[in-house]
Amino acid sequence: MTATTAPAAPRAVSPPGPTAPPGSRLRAWATRAPLLPALIFMIVVTQLPFVATVVISFFNWNALYPKARHFTGFANYSDVLTDPDLRKSVLTTVLLTVAVVLVSLVLGLVLALLLDRRFKGRGFVRTLLIAPFLLVPVAAALLWKHVLYNPEYGLFNGLLHWVGGGGAPQPDWVSNTPLLAVEAALIWQWTPFMMLILLAGLQSRSPELIEAARIDGAGSWQIFRHLTLPHLRRYLELGALLGSIYIVQNFDAVFTITSGGLGTANLPYTVYQAFYQAHENGLASAAGVLVVIGTIIIATFALRVVSSLFSEEASRA
Amino acid sequence: MKSADTAAPRGAARTGGALLGLTAWLAGILFFLPIAWMALTSFHAETDAATNPPSLAASLTLDGYRDFFGAGGGASPWPALANSAVASVVSTLCVLVLALPAAYALSIRPVKKWTDVLFFFLSTKMLPVVAGLLPVYLFAKNTGMLDNIWMLVILYTSMNLPIAVWMMQSFLAEVPVAVIEAARVDGARLPVILTRIVAPISAPGIAATALICFIFSWNELLFARVLTGVVAETAPVFLTGFITSQGLFLAKVCAASLVVSLPVLAAGFAAQDKLVQGLSLGAVK
Repeated sequence: MTATTAPAAPRAVSPPGPTAPPGSRLRAWATRAPLLPALIFMIVVTQLPFVATVVISFFNWNALYPKARHFTGFANYSDVLTDPDLRKSVLTTVLLTVAVVLVSLVLGLVLALLLDRRFKGRGFVRTLLIAPFLLVPVAAALLWKHVLYNPEYGLFNGLLHWVGGGGAPQPDWVSNTPLLAVEAALIWQWTPFMMLILLAGLQSRSPELIEAARIDGAGSWQIFRHLTLPHLRRYLELGALLGSIYIVQNFDAVFTITSGGLGTANLPYTVYQAFYQAHENGLASAAGVLVVIGTIIIATFALRVVSSLFSEEASRA
Repeated sequence: MKSADTAAPRGAARTGGALLGLTAWLAGILFFLPIAWMALTSFHAETDAATNPPSLAASLTLDGYRDFFGAGGGASPWPALANSAVASVVSTLCVLVLALPAAYALSIRPVKKWTDVLFFFLSTKMLPVVAGLLPVYLFAKNTGMLDNIWMLVILYTSMNLPIAVWMMQSFLAEVPVAVIEAARVDGARLPVILTRIVAPISAPGIAATALICFIFSWNELLFARVLTGVVAETAPVFLTGFITSQGLFLAKVCAASLVVSLPVLAAGFAAQDKLVQGLSLGAVK
């Protein structure tokens, strides 16, 4: 048992240099070998289909007319970017992602700050707050669509009825504000995720530093502004980037709450529809590649942040 | 005088603290309210469930659950739940078998340029599902793997492998190298080292990784929706059958949503601390 709790011994970090003896090359491969199954599996299952998607995106190919398939170059891409419906789905994706990430990040920060303090029942409140994130996404979307938003028997209009009596307005939430309806459901699901990440960040602050600042006469706001917020920057960035990566890809909420109608079709839903219902394989692939390009832009940024987190960890070790 | 000066703000701070605690409680209740309401509705008779204003005092019944499990006609959810269980559990096991050696190579015996390899793994997670959907569909169609649960097992394994490698390498980095070196000197080979030394020491981390892979697989909809039909339908796909259902089935919808979410809720509550580490790909501890 003592061995497991003992501090890790210093690692032997002496990779075989160019002057290493010939046997070291074999050893280097031996250390790499355990990686290979996972690496090969990932390349076959994720990278090959993507290459195929890129190839298909250059073809005019409707699955209903397979014989008419022919190479069209970038025509699918210009279709995606010029078709008003498709272009709108690009805009919808951006609006949905930005709104959900920003609002859930701010709410998550407020909740994390509240939960960072000691109070009675803190563990229980934390459990209550995490619950929305643990509901199966389709189930959460069904909950919002049927149980909360429904104009006739939904909880929201029920509450309005309770408060305002018989004359209370009874809006049809999904029809009136479709994108907002999807966003509210997603914000409810993602705020707990942001809270968890930011809470981890808050709890990794050094209490001595804050105590020292307090003794020096800093107020709560000053401590938050000059100590907590800079410390949380990494965690805020990480939450924003991971949230973006997941929400750019969101399919479940759009599919369930509006079925992509009323101007809520985002790119993943459009890709799904283009090939699953319209059988436009080439067009769907081009839209898919565009989703990837958008994600890569976010991802490059994300990798930079995560790598800086890593180097921080390494320098601490 | 001086003591009164310091006592006043301290008292105010205490009231302020209590107020903030109360706010936290309110926020928690507010976020949980929709789920609590859904749970209450699931125990109402259909006629009591779809009322406006909502009825709090209506009598409780298990009819919603009975209907969901097919007693009141309609398709039984058991095959879908079984499919989800198979896809989630088997893919999680596959992930562990592939990720453990990979994480070992990355953390305990650092490979040159190990961060590059880690980044490659992370980047595959950032490849949106829709990027490979069509070729995967065409492949499944041409090989007769459409509506086949094993196709989902393969895809879910690839979906979770990057996260698992990332998480595990941070857990395995805490295994003392001296213990492994000692075993190697004694002539132990890689499988023995992994199963007898590394796995027992990092069991909690491996369990957390498994739990998160399970949750992601259980929740997945897009692949399941496109690649399965009647035979291999998973629980989330079964739930999509309720998308257009009308008020008459509200209790059933609520019961269905809760039953399907139950494994994830249980797993998530059990591993609250590890959840955030897994979801942030091990970057936040």
